[in-house]
Amino acid sequence: MAFVYLSAVLFSIGAAAVLLRRNAIVAFMGVELMLNAANLAFVAFSRIFGIVDGQVMAFFVMVVAAAEVVVGLAIIVALYRTRQSISLDVPAELKG
Amino acid sequence: MVNEFVFWAIAAITVIPSLSLLFAKKAVHVAMSVVMVMVGLAVSYILLAAPFLGMVQIVVYTGAVMMLFLFVLMLVGVDQLEDLKETIPGVRWIGIAAAVGIGALVITAASRITIGLQNPPNGNPEAISGQIFGRWVVVMETLGFLLVTAAVGALVLSHAPRLVPRHTQREVARDRIRVGANPVSRPMPGVYARHNALDTPALDPQGNPVEESVSRVLEVRNQMHDSEEFHAHLEKGEDQ
Repeated sequence: MAFVYLSAVLFSIGAAAVLLRRNAIVAFMGVELMLNAANLAFVAFSRIFGIVDGQVMAFFVMVVAAAEVVVGLAIIVALYRTRQSISLDVPAELKG
Repeated sequence: MVNEFVFWAIAAITVIPSLSLLFAKKAVHVAMSVVMVMVGLAVSYILLAAPFLGMVQIVVYTGAVMMLFLFVLMLVGVDQLEDLKETIPGVRWIGIAAAVGIGALVITAASRITIGLQNPPNGNPEAISGQIFGRWVVVMETLGFLLVTAAVGALVLSHAPRLVPRHTQREVARDRIRVGANPVSRPMPGVYARHNALDTPALDPQGNPVEESVSRVLEVRNQMHDSEEFHAHLEKGEDQ
């Protein structure tokens, strides 16, 4: 169970990074950390229950995370190209 | 489950570097410490009877994903500073409270259950592939479509259409002469008989350093070498 607690701690650090940081790349790394914490919980429970299903799910999460990184970083590059900045506060033009 | 000392070592090399996500100023430092976190997680997967996932973690995360992050950091410039002005008032305390709340909720929920520890599962590639290509084969195919879509999406998003016609070399030279700029190309930075560095300005025929031969980035960062020593040697040579 210790690894489940570790994954909870990592998840909350990642969530804090997403909520607090304005640098788009650092916030994105927070998302990655949250996905990895979820993976750690999957693998830990797979070990506890003695079934391999959790590892299969963690593998699928990794594939989805890789796809998400590709698209997310492309969005950051497109944002930088139009704004010359990767701050998450800059694209606030739709605010009324 | 695993040795207690090993667990605390893994906890230290995952939690301490991950705190840099909150406290490090430079994004490059954050990326390098997240690489450390990924390696720690890979070690813990191997200890938790998942050797295949441990290897995939190292290959995919430390090898591909974090290097992709570093490439994008190089692309958008590593000197992006963060403004600390709060657009929404009090968002910092709301964020801290939300993160601590999520952590406390999950930890208390997990501490209320007790599960008997079973025998370790078979985490070899053969066992995993039996599941992936047997029971979960539809999910596997869907993820294949997802990856193709992501690759095409990244191409579309990072494609910049050309809005103005491309300037030929002849037009560039003509424009330079019309505005009275230096018509020839700028000299290379410091290439001397005993010194060769991008941060050292070239010397003109009089022996004065040519500042514009050095990249503007180095000049902004104050990393330009003044090439004084080469200047002095040249004059001494003339005197003799």
